Amino acid sequence: MSVVATMIPPQAPPPVPPKPYTLTRFVGSVALGIWLALAVGIFLTVVGGWDPDKFAKYGPRFLNGLGVTLMLVGLSIVMGAILSLPIAFARMSKNRFLSWFAYAYVYFFRGTPLLAQLFLIYYGLGSFRPQLEAIGVWWFFRDAWNCAIFAFTLNTAAYQAEILRGAIESVPRGQREGAAALGLPGRVAFWKIILPQAMIVALRPYGNEIILMIKGSAIVAIVTVFDLMGETRYAFSRTFDFQMYIWAALLYLVMVEILRNIWSLLEARLTRHLKR
Amino acid sequence: MSGLFAGFYSILSWIGSIVDPFCGPVGVFTWFGPGTLLACGDTGWGDDIAHGFIITASLAIATLPVGLLIGFFIALGKQSEERTVRLASNIYTTIFRGLPELLTLFIVYYGLQILVQQLLASLGYEGPVEINAFFAGMIALGVVFSAYCSEVLLSAFKAIPHGQYEAGDALGFHRGRTMRLIILPQLVRIALPGLGNLWMALLKDTALVSVVGLTDILRQTGIAARVTKQAFEFYGVACVLFLILAMISSIVFSHLERRTKRAEMGR
Repeated sequence: MSVVATMIPPQAPPPVPPKPYTLTRFVGSVALGIWLALAVGIFLTVVGGWDPDKFAKYGPRFLNGLGVTLMLVGLSIVMGAILSLPIAFARMSKNRFLSWFAYAYVYFFRGTPLLAQLFLIYYGLGSFRPQLEAIGVWWFFRDAWNCAIFAFTLNTAAYQAEILRGAIESVPRGQREGAAALGLPGRVAFWKIILPQAMIVALRPYGNEIILMIKGSAIVAIVTVFDLMGETRYAFSRTFDFQMYIWAALLYLVMVEILRNIWSLLEARLTRHLKR
Repeated sequence: MSGLFAGFYSILSWIGSIVDPFCGPVGVFTWFGPGTLLACGDTGWGDDIAHGFIITASLAIATLPVGLLIGFFIALGKQSEERTVRLASNIYTTIFRGLPELLTLFIVYYGLQILVQQLLASLGYEGPVEINAFFAGMIALGVVFSAYCSEVLLSAFKAIPHGQYEAGDALGFHRGRTMRLIILPQLVRIALPGLGNLWMALLKDTALVSVVGLTDILRQTGIAARVTKQAFEFYGVACVLFLILAMISSIVFSHLERRTKRAEMGR
């Protein structure tokens, strides 16, 4: 019988074989290099073309435009949410006429470009000036800002109604039946059981809708509202300095990214009971 | 040879003028237009609007393959094992999904103009340069479309089980062949509803190109509205035309979806 007297000394693991330099790696480096070059280029042009006069002149206007954009989006999202409730319920109602009407509304506003709707309201309603003056609402439609709010509210109401309807219909039937079995009245069942579950489903689409509205709101610049895009166009038409568009792009990107991150935090927080 | 082509072209345009749904012998405007502002020819705006309709439709159709192709490669890049490729593709989608379409269009339109001008100036040409609005629109909308498309395709890629790739390996296919024969047919089936939504969004986004001067539906109806002072009627016509485009595409897409779902019917 022999006993092992000496142990084999511990050894370092074999060296990691060198990663082959593949085509993918090359493509990745090139792509990243292009982005980096673009970023550096933009930074250099901004630094090189920095003009304190321009900044003093157009900086406040840009901030003002940012405020206008945020206000436009905020107001139309909130008013659209209110308007979307009756539309969603009309769409789900058993009344043939109501549901057909709501379907036609949603189809029209989702099937045509927002720009066309805005033109239809801003320029189109101008043809009915005598009639509008007769019922006393001409002062409202005379202003581009009001028309933009009006068009955006109608548009987002159609989208939000679809989101709401989809979310409410995604709640399983059993939930409603369970509420009925507990003897809960319909109203309580809706507010306490159906809607909270529907809202969790609707959370992500709502976030997407707000982002789409922020991006879509740029078109009000065409009907002479000075939002962020409008101020950018104004500044570009005065200076012919391409930097203006870069500034606007950065501001829009920051806005959308902030909203997206807030939304994903919100979603993580509100769905934490669903995690397994 | 050129005479042959000319003859061919004239026959094509003759056929086109016969089946033209607007101003042909059986066109809407020919039947209901005369005497109104929508008449064809010099008396009305029917033919101009019909031209705009064709421009809008062809812009969307021309953008689709560009966007799909770029989107496909971006989606491949997003699931690459190489970190740099993933990062680069994610930057791409973050930027182009975050920018308003109108701003992207302006950046492409004016940016390309400035770039080309500087390039030509360095070659010794000092003249006005104008970028084609159709081309700029195609690039801008294609880039935006591809950013969204890559997300749709990525989620479709994730829905395909890994065993499908292994089946390709087991059959001895190389990667391109696995992709073409095994993955792509399933990918199309899964991604089609999402791509349908993107196509609808693309159709609506083409209206933005009218701002930089493309003679599409909205621009033509806008000119007509300004000249005739009947804005509501003409913008109404524009909306109806966009609705018609949307309806045609939803019919086409439901057919396509049924076609790609053939294999699942029996189960």
